[in-house]
Amino acid sequence: MRRVAVPVAAAVAVALMVLPLAGLLQRAPWSTIGTELATPEAREALGLSLATSLGALAVSMVLGLPLAWVLARVAFRGRTVVRALVTLPMVLPPVVGGVGLLSVFGRRGLVGAHVGSLPAFPLPFTVQAVVLAQAFVAMPFLVIAAEAGLRQLDGRYEEAASTLGARPWHRFRTVTVPLVAPSLVAGAALCWARALGEFGATVTFAGSLPGRTRTLPTAIYAGLQSRPESAIALSVVLLAVSLTVLVALRGNWLGHR
Amino acid sequence: MKRALVAVMLMAACRGPAPPGAVTVLAAASLTEAFGDLGHGTRVIYSFAGSQQLVAQVEAGAPVDVVATADSEAMDRLVRAGLVGAPKVFAKNRLAIAVAPGNPLRITGLGDLARAGVKVVMADPAVPAGRYAGQALTRAGVAVRPVSLELDVKAVARKVAAGEADAGIVYVTDVPAGASVAIPEADNVEATYPVAVVRASGHRDDAEAFVDRLLGPEGRKALGDHGFLLP
Repeated sequence: MRRVAVPVAAAVAVALMVLPLAGLLQRAPWSTIGTELATPEAREALGLSLATSLGALAVSMVLGLPLAWVLARVAFRGRTVVRALVTLPMVLPPVVGGVGLLSVFGRRGLVGAHVGSLPAFPLPFTVQAVVLAQAFVAMPFLVIAAEAGLRQLDGRYEEAASTLGARPWHRFRTVTVPLVAPSLVAGAALCWARALGEFGATVTFAGSLPGRTRTLPTAIYAGLQSRPESAIALSVVLLAVSLTVLVALRGNWLGHR
Repeated sequence: MKRALVAVMLMAACRGPAPPGAVTVLAAASLTEAFGDLGHGTRVIYSFAGSQQLVAQVEAGAPVDVVATADSEAMDRLVRAGLVGAPKVFAKNRLAIAVAPGNPLRITGLGDLARAGVKVVMADPAVPAGRYAGQALTRAGVAVRPVSLELDVKAVARKVAAGEADAGIVYVTDVPAGASVAIPEADNVEATYPVAVVRASGHRDDAEAFVDRLLGPEGRKALGDHGFLLP
């Protein structure tokens, strides 16, 4: 019995994950996909998503890599708690993240209410809000991967470099970075892909205005009833990007087996 | 294939907890509160969503008994496809301007929505509420540049109630009286709510009974209490 049940369950699991994607591809308007993606709405959404997701990746690198370094290398009280907290957005429903962002950076939020006159504030309904929402949800992917890479690093290589007279920055650049590079690339790719697909936090915190805050996933949702061909064409783009990222990472992982 | 999957998922979602003989009703999001008052003492299971979403669910073969939408266009699509019986209009709705708590920008009419510095949110034109809002603005001769086109009318009401936006166009029934500004009759648009029994329903008698109750005194009271106009 078990000999049959396990493979069958595994096959059903694969079908459950693959069939909806196959269904999407089967419904895709292949003959007109070029025209669908060239419409002003589609191009706006594609351009906006590309720009904001790269922005979110940049924010995640600037803030997330130092955080990963601290978590991996600095022993301090409450490190486990901090680690758990910064990975929370990975499992938190994104809509909840969006509500949280509003309660802090919204017009009547904890911070937002006091900085309303500063440039770029109030944040909701702006491009910056899209980037912030994406970074909130995607940064943990980079932090986790980078921290794991740093922790698995064999400290003896760095010690050896020091013994041979390498200054800290030189040692970091020529020994540490090359050794953790695969983890950094993997983390950055996952972070970017997650930012690209962000929907719940973005629509809750930043709204949905074509050309300004309506990113790919929001455009897909908004167009699903009225312009299904366009929505499915955009879905295929997101699917292709996700698949490319994963295949590229897989190659990376295999190379380091 | 996709339809089969959707149907299976809906079956799991709708049928699972349903006691035998219960009527499953798909209804427009704006009916949430009014239908809540209607459900006493009978076995009725509600599922609320945007009208376009409801149409897609019925088309996908969701095992439901009654469907009530917020515009006749959505219902007509189901009628043309032969999926539902003859629809009956049970309620009507009007638009209103939702304003932020305390109405700090002193908005008094549609014309104020075009003022510089007024943050206006509307529903996307793909949603009935967004289409109606566009019609009302055209009638009033007002050109508005909204900061966001939200994906359903409840999201518009939420963003205005939270004070993130200064004003939004919603249904009268989406906002408490104190938080809204009326739109004059001449510019306003009337939304009609039709209800129909799904042809594939396994509980035709119970479904008909639900529709009768909705059209009868009990339904009229619940709808009237929540600000709907009655046909």
